Parts: sequence; structure tokens; C-alpha cells
Amino acid sequence: MKEQLEAIRQEALDNIEEASDLKALQDIRVTYLGKKGSLTSVLRGMGSLPEEERPAIGEMANEIRKAITDEIAKKIDVLEQEALEEKLEQEAIDVTLPGRPVQVGGAHLLTGIIEEIEDLFIGMGFEVREGPEVETDYFNFEAMNMPKGHPARDMQDTFYLTDELLLRTHTSPVQARTMQQYSGSKAVKMICPGKVFRRDTDDATHSHQFTQIEGLYVDEHVRMSDLKGVLNEFAKRIFGEDRRIRLRPSFFPFTEPSVEMDISCKVCQGDGCSVCKYSGWIEILGAGMVHPNVLEKAGYDPEIYTGFAFGMGPDRIAMLKYGIDDIRNFYTNDKRFLTQYHYAKGGTL
Amino acid sequence: MLVSVNWLNNYLDTGSVTPEELADLVTRTGIEVDGLHNIADHASDLVVGYVETCEQHPNADKLHLCQVDMGDEKQQIICGAPNVKQGQKVAVAKPGSRLPGNVKIKKTKLRGVESNGMICSLQELGIAEKYIPKNAADGIFVFPDDTEVGADAGRLLNLDDTILEFDLTPNRADALSMLGVAYEAAAILDVPLTLPDEQIHPDARQTTTDYISVDVEAPDLNPYYGAFIVKDIDIKPSPLWMRNALMAAGIRPINNVVDITNYVLLEYGQPLHAFDYDRFGSTSVVVRRAGDGEHMVTLDGEDRELSSDHLVITNGQEPVALAGVMGGADTEVKEDTTTILLEAAYFDPQTVRTAVNDTGLRSDSSVRFEKGVDPNRVERAGFRACHLFEKYAGATVLSGSAAFDELDRSEKTVKVSQQAINHRLGTEITSAEMETILNKLQFPFEKTGDWFTITVPTRRGDIAIFEDMLEEFARMYGYDHLPYTLPEGSSQAGGLTARQQLKREISGYLQSAGLMETITYSLTDESSVGRLMSPELREKEPEPIKLPMPMSADHNYLRLTMLPELLKSLAYNQARNQMDIRYFEMGNVFVTSERTLSQLPEENLRLAGAVTGKWVHHPWQHEQKQVDFYLVKGIIEGLFAYLNIPISLEQTRLPEMHPGRCATILTEGRVIGFLGETHPNLEKEMDLKETFVFDLDLDQIIERCTNTTGYQPIPKYPSIARDIAFIVDEAVQAGDIKKQIETEGTPLVKNVYIFDVYRGDNVPEGKKSVAFSLFYQDPEKTLQDDEVEESYQQIIASINETFDAYVRT
Repeated sequence: MKEQLEAIRQEALDNIEEASDLKALQDIRVTYLGKKGSLTSVLRGMGSLPEEERPAIGEMANEIRKAITDEIAKKIDVLEQEALEEKLEQEAIDVTLPGRPVQVGGAHLLTGIIEEIEDLFIGMGFEVREGPEVETDYFNFEAMNMPKGHPARDMQDTFYLTDELLLRTHTSPVQARTMQQYSGSKAVKMICPGKVFRRDTDDATHSHQFTQIEGLYVDEHVRMSDLKGVLNEFAKRIFGEDRRIRLRPSFFPFTEPSVEMDISCKVCQGDGCSVCKYSGWIEILGAGMVHPNVLEKAGYDPEIYTGFAFGMGPDRIAMLKYGIDDIRNFYTNDKRFLTQYHYAKGGTL
Repeated sequence: MLVSVNWLNNYLDTGSVTPEELADLVTRTGIEVDGLHNIADHASDLVVGYVETCEQHPNADKLHLCQVDMGDEKQQIICGAPNVKQGQKVAVAKPGSRLPGNVKIKKTKLRGVESNGMICSLQELGIAEKYIPKNAADGIFVFPDDTEVGADAGRLLNLDDTILEFDLTPNRADALSMLGVAYEAAAILDVPLTLPDEQIHPDARQTTTDYISVDVEAPDLNPYYGAFIVKDIDIKPSPLWMRNALMAAGIRPINNVVDITNYVLLEYGQPLHAFDYDRFGSTSVVVRRAGDGEHMVTLDGEDRELSSDHLVITNGQEPVALAGVMGGADTEVKEDTTTILLEAAYFDPQTVRTAVNDTGLRSDSSVRFEKGVDPNRVERAGFRACHLFEKYAGATVLSGSAAFDELDRSEKTVKVSQQAINHRLGTEITSAEMETILNKLQFPFEKTGDWFTITVPTRRGDIAIFEDMLEEFARMYGYDHLPYTLPEGSSQAGGLTARQQLKREISGYLQSAGLMETITYSLTDESSVGRLMSPELREKEPEPIKLPMPMSADHNYLRLTMLPELLKSLAYNQARNQMDIRYFEMGNVFVTSERTLSQLPEENLRLAGAVTGKWVHHPWQHEQKQVDFYLVKGIIEGLFAYLNIPISLEQTRLPEMHPGRCATILTEGRVIGFLGETHPNLEKEMDLKETFVFDLDLDQIIERCTNTTGYQPIPKYPSIARDIAFIVDEAVQAGDIKKQIETEGTPLVKNVYIFDVYRGDNVPEGKKSVAFSLFYQDPEKTLQDDEVEESYQQIIASINETFDAYVRT
């Protein structure tokens, strides 16, 4: 009987091994373990065995039943896994087909530049101020130390609306407006971005409308070296740590001394190339120490307060930073231009 | 201002630096040198040749066969210029030399005859046409007879000169003169200065006052008027060096009289005017304000109408010059002039400026008067010119001058302390360094302890106060030597205001909703200015603001809405095959009710958008969706949900909008903007495809954003959903039903959604089925079915009654 059982075990395991689908395994289960199965039949014949042999044979039979059952379970796992793999193979797709486009908008490049500069100066303790785009002659010129008939008014060809009202030619009037509001009694530390207007014929480098950012710091002991330090921080953050700045004397009616700030040319590192017109430097902004007349007009005592101011053009900065060759790109709103700069928010169309 | 380095070298030696280095030093110290150019680029191997013979070319009518002596050699040269003649001294480019434009001169044969070089015109040598004297313009250049044969013709013609192009700021009027530039360069290079010769040898027998008297009736506008009489003038070309200098400075030489006045103008920065004395018409100069409506004919032949704002020079009866601007035609110096009345004067800058603006006549002279000339150089410039007239026009100068003189020539003093300078700059400049700087600038000073009392020469009219001197010290000390420091004063927390923060957030929302930010021009054209104005703005009946002096008719009105310019940019893109556009803009429009503007218009911050084309486009999976009303509405609803501002929409009709697809947007019963589809007629006119727009009053929106939302507890009890479909007339608006469901369902109905609108089978003609999902919820307890059922029935009854609706089963 032992031999018989052993033979059943062997035969069953061989059959399981060879089984190729779930139905075959089911048949094997019935054949060996079912009510009429061969193992059952053998066990039924156990009654003919001597009493003392029965436990051993019983134990053996149970062991064989378990072995067959386990083996079938294992084989089912294998077959199911094979079936799944085959199914997955068939589900393969062409990953090179295009994905479903996600619609992402973006900020205008100038907004991106302006916000970057705002954030930089906010980090240095500046507040952001705004002023009207239609200005009075007083704030645009007189408060900025350009009385009527001042030759420097020629530097800024103006769209006048009336004798006294105009489209602001620079963001500088916000200096005077802010100081007036602070009524001469506390420090002013502000920047002011905004649109400005000049009577220019639009071409690649001129636009009758463009943007400016004005900066002003007035306090009891402001040094020109502070201006240089702040502008240096600005240049390195906006244009890169490896850039150097230099100040050059210039003239603005509302600052004295007045300077222009250049940064070292990125392309040639100062050796001279076509980008910097062989000077090694690129003009970025105008700045200076606030003229005492401006302080006085705005109610600040120039004997006590000093300050610095600067003004820059985000249009120009964007053009330099990205090599844009035509200022009109900013205002034509060609989609192919706008979508090149998902500046602030990232993403692509 | 064009500065010739060769000319500058008359006053100081710039030899220690190259012109490029000089340009850089000047730029770094005070005056931007915008560019630098050589008179002529490649001219080499040019000599002065003597035309020994000049014959007709045997085989060509228009060519001349010349034998030219060049000192060390004689050559046969063929020349095509009509003006070549025997006995001339000419500029010869030898074989092997190069002319501008990379023209290489070779030995050659012309019509069978050998030619060994080229006789050159000034054009061929690279001098710009407009600077070439008229008599030398149509042929070869002829040197004066006393020119040495074989000499370097390039040097004689100043072709080795380098020109620095100064970009002068308005304050540095001193550098509108070669002397001013010389002072600046001498300070920078720390070299001595030689001033020009002003010596004259007047005819002691006659005095100027015998010839002319000067009377100034408006001394405030003309504090100094000096008249010099120069006799026996021989009008001829000025010396070659002077012609060279003028051409280098960008002025065409005319004759010695004109050239000398121009030369002194450039040298001293003092405009002079020469009248033909014999044509002056009297022996007295009277300077006065012009009468209103008075006329004169200026040198350019134009008849000018004057006013009492203008200053005129008269001969006692009629104007002979518009002071500082232009002389009169009648007294112009001509070829037959022998005696001139030379004017050296100081005119009030503002008066000259007014005359320039009124006449449009801006000249090298007026520019200098407008900026204010050096009071201590006016008379000296007259003497300098007289010196040159004696020397180069064979003239006799009469002794003395007739002058009116109330000119303030006093020098300003500025007191500065070493400590104040360093305090303001953040530097540690020593007292000795400060002295050196003042000496280089040639500013006399007295030093008492820490204090410098500085006398500012009148040539530097830009310096009057401490800050001006501060700049002088800073620029001479060098901005490179300024340390980098950060402000040490009182500090504040920087940041954006709530309004600025909200603007950024609203822009961010629209960007994440798929819209691209744009910036259009704030100036628009007449036909666009009030187009597609939002109803709440239109209600104010704003007056369009027109520019009195626009640059173009496309930009001559301040915008009242951003939409027209946005639509133009859509059309621009679609014309370039960019069909799918979703744009928004934030910006000001300018609102006033005044027909004649007397105060600042209101600047209303608005948010506008324009969307067209496909919104979803994913062809290979067959997904495509055109932009429609509901897409734009969804963006707007999303915005207000994001801002937590309740809004409602009301169907409306607006000009140039689709009559059935347009709605106003209201909050708290007040219109704050609109959205909709543009009218097909407008689309056709502007070359647009189907376009959807919105325009919102951002000021109003931001104002309503101030209230913050409190905490809403997350519901603890489950909600129950009920769906219901009503069949109603087509005319019934789904939003009205929804609103009523919400009202009736309060407080248990928390949300109502429209999930289907259906027409067709089982719905009668002229009716539609609108299906709603109702979400019931009680924050306090689990809802009971009968509570829901009761509310549900109540809603049905109410809707049935109000809208003549019935439930679709």
C-alpha cells in the first residue's frame, strides 16, 4: 500500500507539473483528491490493513494530500501570473504619441522682470508704491527740480494733455508723491514700477510707452557708497554673481551727484564684443543722490535728510537679459513671443 | 559735440594716452564718449604732388594725362576730374596705397596709357560729402600753393585725426567748447594747458566807437553786447588747418569770415555773428524786444513773425537779427564784403530758447546760448576772432569795442568741509587728495582747517552748491574707489500692500486657468476709444481724452477700455496663423467727465480678457473643443469663487456684442463688468474669428476682497442627494430655477447643480428639460428621509407654480 501511495504522489506531481491551464489542474484535483479520486480509493482500502499499520499509512496519505494541494495552488499562481503578463503585454501602447496638452497661461515677460525686481528690493526692506500715469506738470517736472523752461525737459519729450497735465515721462514723480505723503518726518524706502510715456516714434529701440522702476531711499545718513552697495546687490541678483558694476558720472536734474550704472558684459566678460559695442560694459540704469531741491520741495530738510534714487527700464533689462532685439515685441503681443517666457509661473503651452 | 584729438592737442598734450584711452577716461570721469571714429580709415601712402603738365588723354575726351612731381619721384597719372590743371598741388595716392572702402591703388593702363597712381578728391579720401567745401566738392582737392611737394598729404588733410563723439548731458555746457574740453582733459590727464592767442594789433587811428554805437533796451535779456569793427577784409578760403578743424567738428568750411566765427564758436563756446557793416543800414546797434507781429526775413530766406517774447538786434529801425538764433538776410556777409560788424554778446538763455521753440531754428549758436555761455569768455571770444581776422583775412581791427555791459562776471564760491564730503560719499578722502583734485580742476581755493572755500570759475556754470562740488570730488576721486556699503539707517519691513498682493494673485489665477498676460498700449485711436465699454463705465458717460500732439493717429486717445487693443492683438495673431489665443490684461483706463481736462482723470484699474479658437485640441484622440461662452464664464466664476465674492449674471444687450450671448456681472446688486461673445459684424470688421471677451472693474473687485473668510467646520453628518428634472418653456432661464430651488431649500439644501439640459424625445416642442442634483445636509444631525422628502415636495410645488413647470418622469 505504501508503494501504491508513493506512486500516486509521483504521478500527481508529474501531472501538476505538466498542467498548462487551470482546467487541467482542476481535473488533477478531482482525479486524485476527489471523492472518487485515486488517493481516496486507496484510503478506502485501509480497512484491510493490520491495525498497527493504519496510523502510519493515514499520516502518509494526509501528507500526500497536502503536497498535491499545495502544488496545485503553486501551479495556479504561476499560471495566473503568466496570464497576467500576457495580458499586460497586449496592453502595450505607443509612448511616443503626444500627450494631452495642459493649458497653462503665463505672465508677460515685463511683469516677470518687474516682480523679480520688486521681490529683490522688498527683501532689502523697500515698499512698493504706485502713482498715476496721468500726472501734473508739478510732480513730473517741478517737484523733480525741472522748473518750466529747464533745458533738461528736452531730454524727455512729453505728451501733454493740457498745460498742466501730461502723461508721466518717468516714474520719478512717485518720489515726490511718497515723500509728501510722509510729510518730511520719516525715512522713505520705496520702489515704484509703472508705465511711462514719451513722444517717440516707435522703432526697434524706441517705444512711446515703456516701463520704469524708480527707487528711493531717504534717511538721516544716506551715503553714496550705500547706493553703490545696493545697486551691486541688485546687479548680482538679477544678472548673475559673476557680474561687476561700475558707476559713471551723468546728469539728472533730480539727483546730484548723478551717475549711470554699467554692468560688465556677460558675453565677453569685459573684453569688448559686439553686444557691449566693444566697451566691455552695458548701461543699465541711472541713479544719484537726491538733489536737495527735490527733498526741500517734498518737505524734507536737506540739512537733516539725504537720500539716493535710481531708475531703471525693465524693457531694456529684459532685452539685455534675453537678447531681444526689438522693444515693440513687448507690446505687439505676438503669441509666439509671449509664450517664450513663462517667466514667473513656469510651464509650456 | 565732436572733439578732434588733433585740435585738442593745440591746448594740451594728450600724447600720454591713445585716443581710445582718452575716450574711456573722459567717460569714466564725467562726459560720456558715445563713439570714436577716424576721419579716414585706410588712407595710406598719400603725398602732395605738383602737376607739372596736364594734357588731354589721346584716346579719351574726359581724361587728363598728368605728369606729377612727388618730390622723390615723378610719375604719369591719368585723372578724370574736370578741375585738374597744370600748376596745382594735389593729393596723390601712390601705387600700393589703400583708400577708404578698401580701394587698392595699382599701376594700370587707362585706354592704352599707363597711369601710376591716383589724384584724389576729398570724397575719395573718406571725408563725408556734407562737410566738404562746395568749391572742392566736384573734383580733386587742391592744396594751397605754398604746400611742400612730397609732404604727407594725409597728415596735411588731418586724415590721421581721431574724433571723439561726446554725448553731453545738459549740465555740462562747458564742454560745448574745445577750451572746456581742454580743461576737462587737462584735469583728467594732469597736464598743463596752453590757452589760445587773443592778441590783436588794432589800428590806433580809428576807434570802433567812430563807426558804431550800442544801445540795449532790454538789459535783463542782453546784459552784454560787444561790437567790433573789422576792416579791409579779404574774403578767401580759410587756412587749411582751420578748414580741417571745422570738417573734423562736422562743419562745412565756407570762407575765412564764416569759418573764423565758426571756429571761435567751437573753440570758446561763444557764438559770434558777423554783419556786413556797409549793409547794416545805420551806425547804431539797438537791442530790444520785438514788437508783437513784427516781421523779419532771416538768413534762410524765411519771413518770420515775431513777438515781444523775442529779442532782436536792430539798426535802430528794423531787426537785423533774431538774437542768438539767426541773422537777417539783408546784412549777410557776402563775397564783396570788406568791413564787418562783429557781435559778441550774452543773451538770456530762456529768451533764446523761446525763440528757438517758436521758430524751430536750433543751431550750433542757439544751443550754446540756451545753455548759458561763460560770461568771462564773451568779450575774449571777440578778441580771439579779431586776432584770426588779422591773421587770416588780412583785416584791420579798430581799437576798442563798442559795448553795452551790465554782465555779472562774478564767480561763485562754495564752502565744503572734508568731513562733509566723506560723510556723504562714504569715503576717506584725505585733505591732500582734495587739494590735488581742486588743482587739477584749476578751481582756486582757500583752506581753513577742515574747510575749503572754493572759487568756481564761470566756465563751470553748473556748479553752485555743495552737492555740485560733491560731484566734482566724487568723479575726480573716481567712483571705482567708492566702497560698497549697505544702508545703516532706520529699517522697515518691506512688502507688498494687500492690493498689490491681490493683483498678483488674480493674475496668477488667470495664468493657471490658461490665460496669457499681455500689455497693450494705453494710447489708442479715435474709433477704439469707447468701444466695448463695460455698462457701469458707460453709465458714467466718460469724456474721451485726446492728445493735443500725438505721434500717430493710431495712438491719440487715452483708452477707456482695454478690449479694442486686445482684439487688435488677437487679429494680429490670427493674421499670422496663430488661431488659438487666450489673453488677459490688467491695466488702467482713464475716466473723466470733463470735456476740457482740468484735473487728473480717475485711473480705473481693470481686468480684461479675450479668448478665441480651440480650447482643447488633442487631435489623435479626437478631442477638440472650441472656446464658448460657458468656458469664459467658468473662468470668471472660478475667479470670484477663488476671491470668495458672490456674483450673479444677468443676460444683457450691449453694443457690438452678440445680442443673445452677453451678460453683466453683478455683485451686491451692482454691475462690475460684463462678458460675452463679440458681435459677428465686429468680428468681420476686425478680421476676427468667433471671440469671447470679458471686462471687469478690478478696483471694485479688490475693494470687496478685504473681508476674510472664517473657518467652516467640515460636516460630520452624511449628505443626501436627490435628482430632479423639470420640463419648462424654452424661455425659462435655468439660473432662475436654480436660484429658487436654493431659496426654497434653505436651510437643508446645501448645493444645487445643473447636470443636464435636454430637448427631444419625450419633451414637447418649445420646451426643455433641466435636471438638478440637490444635496441635503444638516450640520447638527443625521438627516431623516421624511425631512428631505418634505423639502423636496415643497420645492417641486414652488417651481411648478412659478415657472409653469412639471416634473419629468
